[in-house]
Amino acid sequence: MLADWLYIGIFLVVSLFLPSAALIMAGILSPKKPNPIKNSTYECGVETVGQSLTQFKVQYYLYALVFLVFDVEAIFLYPWAVAYQFQTVFYVAEAIIFVLILLFALWYAWRKGALEWV
Amino acid sequence: MSFWADPYRFLLELLYGLLIGWGLPASWAQFVLFLIGAFALGTAALLLVVFLIWVERKVVARIQDRLGPNRVGPWGIFQTIADIGKIFTKEFITPVGADWLLYNLAPILSVGAVLMLWAVIPLTMTLYGVNLNVAVLYIIAVGELGEMAVILAGWGSNNKYAVLAAFRAVAQLISYEVPLVVTLLIPVMFAGSMGLNDIVQAQSVWFIFLAPMTALIFFIVSIAEVGRAPFDLVEAESELVSGFNIEYSGLKFGFFFVADFLHAFTIALLFATLFLGGWRGPGAAQYPMLGFVYLMIKTSVVYFIVILLRASLPRFRIDQMMNLNWKLLTPLSMAVLILTALLDKLIPSSQPFIRVIGMVVMNVIILLVLNEILKLVETRRPRPVVAPVVRPVARLPQTPSMQNESGTSL
Repeated sequence: MLADWLYIGIFLVVSLFLPSAALIMAGILSPKKPNPIKNSTYECGVETVGQSLTQFKVQYYLYALVFLVFDVEAIFLYPWAVAYQFQTVFYVAEAIIFVLILLFALWYAWRKGALEWV
Repeated sequence: MSFWADPYRFLLELLYGLLIGWGLPASWAQFVLFLIGAFALGTAALLLVVFLIWVERKVVARIQDRLGPNRVGPWGIFQTIADIGKIFTKEFITPVGADWLLYNLAPILSVGAVLMLWAVIPLTMTLYGVNLNVAVLYIIAVGELGEMAVILAGWGSNNKYAVLAAFRAVAQLISYEVPLVVTLLIPVMFAGSMGLNDIVQAQSVWFIFLAPMTALIFFIVSIAEVGRAPFDLVEAESELVSGFNIEYSGLKFGFFFVADFLHAFTIALLFATLFLGGWRGPGAAQYPMLGFVYLMIKTSVVYFIVILLRASLPRFRIDQMMNLNWKLLTPLSMAVLILTALLDKLIPSSQPFIRVIGMVVMNVIILLVLNEILKLVETRRPRPVVAPVVRPVARLPQTPSMQNESGTSL
């Protein structure tokens, strides 16, 4: 059990190490001739006006919030799904009521216009 | 255990015995084996990309009535290697004002997040990184790490268009995460475990026969997660001057595409594992390497369909794509979850044939009802009438030269 997580830990390190090693190798091989024009921000030839980290639409926040609701819901449903084989219809019905409440939440967000791309 | 029955286990035990023989404690021998295994699997997955890029270019070229790469080596098979040689020697251009750490972390994380998926996928009965008991949750978590790479790339580049593209991309990716999470519940439900090898072992009947709608939703959503056509707004070249990776060059730029190709294959691998029985097939239990062949055949079929979709479908618009997810796939996946959970409890699981028939019939009914609902919605929705817009036009003053012989104004 703990050995499983040791492997995962090693694999995480290795899977970050392999691309980094390739990048470092390419960094050694590649030429380095920077100049101010080359390093300027690319905007199809137009010079950048003001800050590049500008304001953005509130819609992204709304999507993120709805996403958060459903992602947290998943964490609650996975243990139920693992134990599904040993459950009676009663427990399944309870999980279904939980999902229905979430569907109601989705419907509410829909009616409130949170899901419109404006 | 002989070599031919299971070469992987044979080598593993040989190495383990060797390390113990050198006087290492058992835990350290285990550690060294894990390290070797992780390096071998990661390197193999990265080398696979070389082949995948060639396959994809070749297949797309044939679909578009072209030859594709055909100069470097037989059938152009060394084309990708030549490309790698070129891209390794390209200059890294770091834009002024870029956040050094985020900017360089993004491509590494992008490839790393896809590689991490390989730790839990069983390639044969015995050859797998680890049969983690929360593998499905791990897959979801690691998948969201890839989205992190997108936002880091956009934010770190110090470019307005990169930031815009990154926001759009992340909005797409996290939205499609929702039905993905819900559909992944159903294989877990049937198998009673989140370990992928347990899920494969539970598939005496392939789950695609038990839950065809779920498989379909998972397939669509996973294509969107990869950001492939028709959902390739993440890198919409024609709309966002290449998207979040605009400020990248050289191998850093290439890594986003390495991640893309490898992710597409990994998704095909996951689909084959979750719904097509993974390494299961005749004789796979006695000779585990045979299971690898079965898995690769299944994966290739799914991967070919992914390429076929890419080559034949036009791109969605962003609002269409968001509507498809939030207003169709999310409620649909939840409805399928509810109905599948109920029906599977009501049908006795001792008779697999009746179970399969019942599930398929229910899925067909869901599809027909969905079709009727969509028809109803389409007919009731008021169609916007495209009226000619009257634009203010500067009028020339009336002059004699503007009139023709009959005296009417032009």
